[in-house]
Amino acid sequence: MNNKFAERKYVIQAIFIAIGVLFLFRLFYLQIIDEDLKIAAMNNTTRPITEYAKRGVIYDRKGNPLVFNQVAYDLNVDLKEIKNIDTTELCSLIAISKEQFIDKMRKLSYADPSFQKQISPETYAALQEKLYKFPGFYLQKRTIRKYPKPIAAHVLGYVGEVSDNLIKKNPYYKSGDYIGTLGIEKYYENDLRGQKGVKKMLVNRFNRIIGSYKEGVYDTAAVDGLPLMTTLDAELQEYGEKLMQNKKGSIVAIEPSTGEILVLVSSPTYDPNLLVGRKLSETYTALSLDENKPLINRATLGQYPPGSTFKLINGLIGLQEGAITPETRFGCNRGYTVGNFHMGCHAHFSPLDLREAVQHSCNAYFAATFRASIDKGSESTETRFNKWRDYVVSFGLGSRLPSDYLNQETGYVPTVKYYDKYHGKGYWKSLTIVSLAIGQGEMSVTPLQLANMTAAIANRGYYVTPHLVKMVNDKPIDNPEFHRVRKIPIDSANFEVIIDGMYNVVESGTAAGGKLKNIPFCGKTGTAQNPHGDDHSIFIAFAPKDHPKIAIAVIVENAGFGATYAVPVASLLIEKYLTDTITRPQMEEKLINANLLKSKNTGEKTAGNFQ
Amino acid sequence: MRKQQGIFNNIDWVIVGIYLVMVLLGWMNIYSAAYNPDHASIFDFSQRYGKQMLWIGIAFLIAILALIIEGDFFSGIAYIFYGITILLLLAVLVLGKKVNGARAWIDIGGFSLQPAEFAKFATCLAISKYLSAVEFKIKDIKSVAPIGALILLPVVLIMLQPDVGSDLVFASFVFVLYREGLPGGFLLYGFLAAVLFVFTLIIDKVDLICALMSLCFLSYLILKKDIDTTIYFTLLTIVSSVICLYFLNHTITIFLSNTIGKYITIDSPDILVYLAFFSMLYMMINVLINRIPKDTWLFLAPLAIAIVMVFSVNYAFSHMQQHQQDRINILLGKKSDPKGTEFNIIQSKIAIGSGGVFGKGYLEGTQTRAKFVPEQSTDFIFCTVGEEWGFVGSLIVIALFLVLLIRIIHVAERQRSVFTRVYGYGVASILFFHLAINVGMAIGLAPVIGIPLPFFSYGGSSLWSFTILLFVFVKLDAYRFQVLR
Ligand SMILES: [Zn+2]
Repeated sequence: MNNKFAERKYVIQAIFIAIGVLFLFRLFYLQIIDEDLKIAAMNNTTRPITEYAKRGVIYDRKGNPLVFNQVAYDLNVDLKEIKNIDTTELCSLIAISKEQFIDKMRKLSYADPSFQKQISPETYAALQEKLYKFPGFYLQKRTIRKYPKPIAAHVLGYVGEVSDNLIKKNPYYKSGDYIGTLGIEKYYENDLRGQKGVKKMLVNRFNRIIGSYKEGVYDTAAVDGLPLMTTLDAELQEYGEKLMQNKKGSIVAIEPSTGEILVLVSSPTYDPNLLVGRKLSETYTALSLDENKPLINRATLGQYPPGSTFKLINGLIGLQEGAITPETRFGCNRGYTVGNFHMGCHAHFSPLDLREAVQHSCNAYFAATFRASIDKGSESTETRFNKWRDYVVSFGLGSRLPSDYLNQETGYVPTVKYYDKYHGKGYWKSLTIVSLAIGQGEMSVTPLQLANMTAAIANRGYYVTPHLVKMVNDKPIDNPEFHRVRKIPIDSANFEVIIDGMYNVVESGTAAGGKLKNIPFCGKTGTAQNPHGDDHSIFIAFAPKDHPKIAIAVIVENAGFGATYAVPVASLLIEKYLTDTITRPQMEEKLINANLLKSKNTGEKTAGNFQ
Repeated sequence: MRKQQGIFNNIDWVIVGIYLVMVLLGWMNIYSAAYNPDHASIFDFSQRYGKQMLWIGIAFLIAILALIIEGDFFSGIAYIFYGITILLLLAVLVLGKKVNGARAWIDIGGFSLQPAEFAKFATCLAISKYLSAVEFKIKDIKSVAPIGALILLPVVLIMLQPDVGSDLVFASFVFVLYREGLPGGFLLYGFLAAVLFVFTLIIDKVDLICALMSLCFLSYLILKKDIDTTIYFTLLTIVSSVICLYFLNHTITIFLSNTIGKYITIDSPDILVYLAFFSMLYMMINVLINRIPKDTWLFLAPLAIAIVMVFSVNYAFSHMQQHQQDRINILLGKKSDPKGTEFNIIQSKIAIGSGGVFGKGYLEGTQTRAKFVPEQSTDFIFCTVGEEWGFVGSLIVIALFLVLLIRIIHVAERQRSVFTRVYGYGVASILFFHLAINVGMAIGLAPVIGIPLPFFSYGGSSLWSFTILLFVFVKLDAYRFQVLR
């Protein structure tokens, strides 16, 4: 017996236990202390698969779809899985050259795996069958926008790929996601986009999907975007665009009692189907280079002097301030003359009262009215001017309307500060700024503001902020601004006087060419002086006279006097909207065929005649 | 002589109980690791868990057979069995089928056997037999030599397959020899050799040899109590090294590369090279002046052995297969390649680490389910334990092994028969080595060497050989009352 070595059993057991304890320390570290390994395990075994939500469908006020979705497939590449593939076959399948293939492969990254966007349905079918031959390539289902009719491009806006800047700011968006970039698509992005879903898929060590992770308990289903009902009347919008084709300008029509925008045309326009998916950037570049600037929404970005339409406001202010009464008469001898100052007017009988002055658009009458308003009482010119300005601004002029269309210009209503700077403090009087009386000079409005002003007159003293969407997900829109009545501090009786004048404008005044048999409607023509070329033709109107259903502002650029183009456009639209018929096909046809755009070949305009 | 009452009489139920628990736990983990939802039945023999069920059944038969056989049969048959195993190891080199680049498997009547698994058992028996000879005592190197030969013969044959994993297990017999009187120095030298082995792989061989030379020379001076010389020499070397490094680098480099450089490549001589150079210079001068002191050999011999070892390890390493080199490099932290060889270790650590305190629950291991860890039902079965049962499960498994090992040693120590005692230590050592390498590998403390975790890993051969190994010991223990009566 080797008893003298028996003690060694303790050494051996100690070594065994030491190793065991060492292992336990190591396991304690790995399993309890080291968090990195747990995170690594999570990333290791799961791969998030994005499920894109369907974007909400946008309808017009009658429930006709303006834009819906179309299924499209992107060909994506998983760089980790890609193996030697037959590039020649793949290139011929998706119809690209070898050079393009190499270029596309170079641009690929893990963050943006898209190889070819929105492949055609035919290519999709062919590719689907042979995809197994190209490991690493997979088809990602997406939806892209589809417009059943090529209308309302500016209003709807478009959907583009999210920018890197936004990805940094908003973690919801990932590279390659789509986002509303303009118009309703932008303003209502959160309603329209829905919620992306994520499926956690279990992958094996070759990164191949082997099933859902934990029976999908961590999955989030994609939630489709909400449908929107706009205030637009698709039929009227289409008709408006048709009337305005080959002309520069815009139409804005509003339902006065609600502020709902029925028509918002900016011409020239473009087919919104062109600004979709793969074609987007290419088309966008082409459109932005077009000399007629079809991408610009003139209805909200165009700023024009309101011209004679602004006389209505001055008449209202004069009445409210007691500077004039409806019966006040001012003489006019081909214009307004004070010392060396002369403002011309056209030939008409004299003197006129307020209603007649509106009907014949007398410059002298409103110059006198304006001066009477500013010079009334003993207050300073500045104080009086500010009071006058408050009235003007109460019509929604001079600043952006809090609408759901963001891309607006402010227009401009001059301030005391402006005149002090321009003429010197104390060096300007009512006569210095008398061009404001007839809507000329420094003042400017957008067609949207002009239409809103018209709606306020039609309502006899209030307006609701014009807006484009009335229902979200079949529920009335909850924006309080769109339900709020904005009062104008002018008595409704004063409005009646002006409206009488406006009625006469259409009955037997400057807009008589647009008169409608069975619809009593009121309007006012205007001409915006254009230092760069022919004057812009302006017409504002509402109908019927009592309980108006539509208020409209039309501007046709470089079309000369207001009655020539703007009046028939408004008249046809009012008729169509209120009676759903066109009784003057000749007028319609001439208008449609008129081409006021500079033809690229001849540089000539082909104008029609409407008097 | 006491009458034998049955095969389960006097058997150690602690060992048998732990064995049964381990085999059951092992099978459960294989079921999880190899789980295939389309073939969920535990008796589906197309799946590993179905097959393992069969292997376990056979293992139980083997265990009962081991208990039935007369106790003295094993000591009698030891050398014969050893001989047969050697023949099998030779046969496998010729007839074996190649799996994963190693000729380790042999087909016998439809079963695939791994002779290397049984070689451990056979060698264990043979060592026990040799050491239990009445006249035998471990006195010196000469008396150990035959045992060394007994061990080395299968080692060499297995090396030819090649199967590094199985070979390493034979190193475990050092515990057996230590218990039986092998000088403790061997254990120490063995440890030092292991350290040197690791250093050889990490540090450049020139640096290592220079360091060894300096170390040897310094210890020589210290042991001679020549403190003054030690200090002077150290200072002189450092100063002159610095001077050489900064001012005479070029000249010395040329000189060195013309002398030593002919035999070994010196890329850029550093301070270690100068240290070694001056220490050798000093020694040579010392020898020339004072003749050779008698005890110089005490220091020069280990130095020579160390240098030979450094070169041979280096040589062996550079002639290893690439994947083995990679595995060792990764373990030593010299190479990082998450998608290549290191992948297995990383995945294994991730699987175990993700288990947390209580694990993810049985059949809930995501890493296991996704088959991230290769060979998870065999070499990496511990990952399943770690991931699904957590730290608590890992602790239980390791504790079970430690209890088994200590129980085996306890049982071995109560034997009157030297044969049984030595055999018991052999069993414990073999099991311990498998545990250490297998679990060490899974948790990143040992190189990736494919050896099974006893009773847990999938595979008939390994389960059967561990069963035979253990139950022969259980039988020998049960038989202890019949010895010397
Ligand atoms: Zn006049």
